[in-house]
Amino acid sequence: MTAAMAAPAADPQAMPHPAPAAPLIAARALAFSRNEVPVFGPLDFAVYPGEALLVQGGNGAGKTTLLRVLAGLLPPGSGEVETAGGGAPAYLGHLPAFKADLSVLENLRFLCDLHGRRPSLSLEAALALVGLAGYEDTPARQLSAGQKKRLSLARMWLSPARLWLLDEPYANLDLEGIDLVNRMVRAHLDDGGAALVTTHGAYAAPPVRTRLLELRGTAA
Amino acid sequence: MLRAARALVSRDLRLVWRRRGDALQPALFAVLIVVLFALALGNERGTLAAVAPGVLWVAVLLAGLLSLDGLFRSDAEDGSLEQWMLAPVPLAWLVFARTLTHWATTALPLLVAAPLLAELLAVPRALWPVLFTSLLLGTPLLSLIGAVVAALTVGMRRAGVLLALLALPLYVPVLVFGAGSVAAAAKGFDPGGALLLLGAGLAAGLVLAPVAAAAAIRIALE
Repeated sequence: MTAAMAAPAADPQAMPHPAPAAPLIAARALAFSRNEVPVFGPLDFAVYPGEALLVQGGNGAGKTTLLRVLAGLLPPGSGEVETAGGGAPAYLGHLPAFKADLSVLENLRFLCDLHGRRPSLSLEAALALVGLAGYEDTPARQLSAGQKKRLSLARMWLSPARLWLLDEPYANLDLEGIDLVNRMVRAHLDDGGAALVTTHGAYAAPPVRTRLLELRGTAA
Repeated sequence: MLRAARALVSRDLRLVWRRRGDALQPALFAVLIVVLFALALGNERGTLAAVAPGVLWVAVLLAGLLSLDGLFRSDAEDGSLEQWMLAPVPLAWLVFARTLTHWATTALPLLVAAPLLAELLAVPRALWPVLFTSLLLGTPLLSLIGAVVAALTVGMRRAGVLLALLALPLYVPVLVFGAGSVAAAAKGFDPGGALLLLGAGLAAGLVLAPVAAAAAIRIALE
């Protein structure tokens, strides 16, 4: 399925941002093809500190691929991605990267040791924040899909990265969880961070929306 | 960098410990081969001693091969490899730490048991130093080569036969020099040359294999 970028609902020119700082991530003529079939692009956008970019599009529109390219997991087909200093972005994907045999706390500690973490916050506090207090010693295999997502959110919260790439963060979450994501993103933006959030539907209408990038299939 | 590697090694050791029954399987398999050989040729100690280095080496090699498919597969399936790639440390470094754990959990128990196995196979005591040195140099090299092959096949759903087909030709030189060094010593020749070649292979493997495996993982995850 091919996809192309529609004009952003909020055009960058039409919506000047006050931040004169360098963008945390910028894409220039970014396009990606799989086996000669274009998946998305070419796209041009920049995300500045304190901004969230909501990436919308139907199934197969290339949202996940876009985020994987931006994270550096996939090489861009053409165009370029420029990330400012501040290290690699934190990426929340479809795969949670938890080991079923390890406890919640062990999983979180390993991922934090791997990526580094903000020293101001303890692992237990992050777990309490996402509503997993009391589950510290539960094996990850016993967590529900929503609880796994919450554990991933705790990892994002502890990450020192300024840029968050959230791929379908609302999937599997209950209403309170959806609100939690929105609150976390809001707090992260207030902290000078930025986030790219993908969602396929309108069911999550976050108050964090600041700009919109729509990926739309052109096959129809 | 050290913290990430230490976290990975301790995670892997903890996982192995949680599944110690599964983890012991390769080592038990190797012990089984040696014991069965000893039983089959038990009344011909001369024959046994002559084939012993080869048997021991083949047993260790097959044990390593048995656990190779799992080296990166579970980490690929649950998304851990993605997080490795996003970590602020080089992927090759994490691959190296993972390979080290593989060696420590499959080959190291066999190295510890090697005196017992050598006694079972009636290896003359005079050959033990050469045998153990060759295993000590050769088994890490097997794990490193195995890591490259496992990384190459990690993108496939099941890699069983392909993995063996890719790994065995690369394992052959290690086997030839490893078992050959002991055989040479048994005939009274100097085993130094073969051991030095094994050492050179190990040095090259330590430097090149993690980088090659990391590149293969990047391709597999695309």
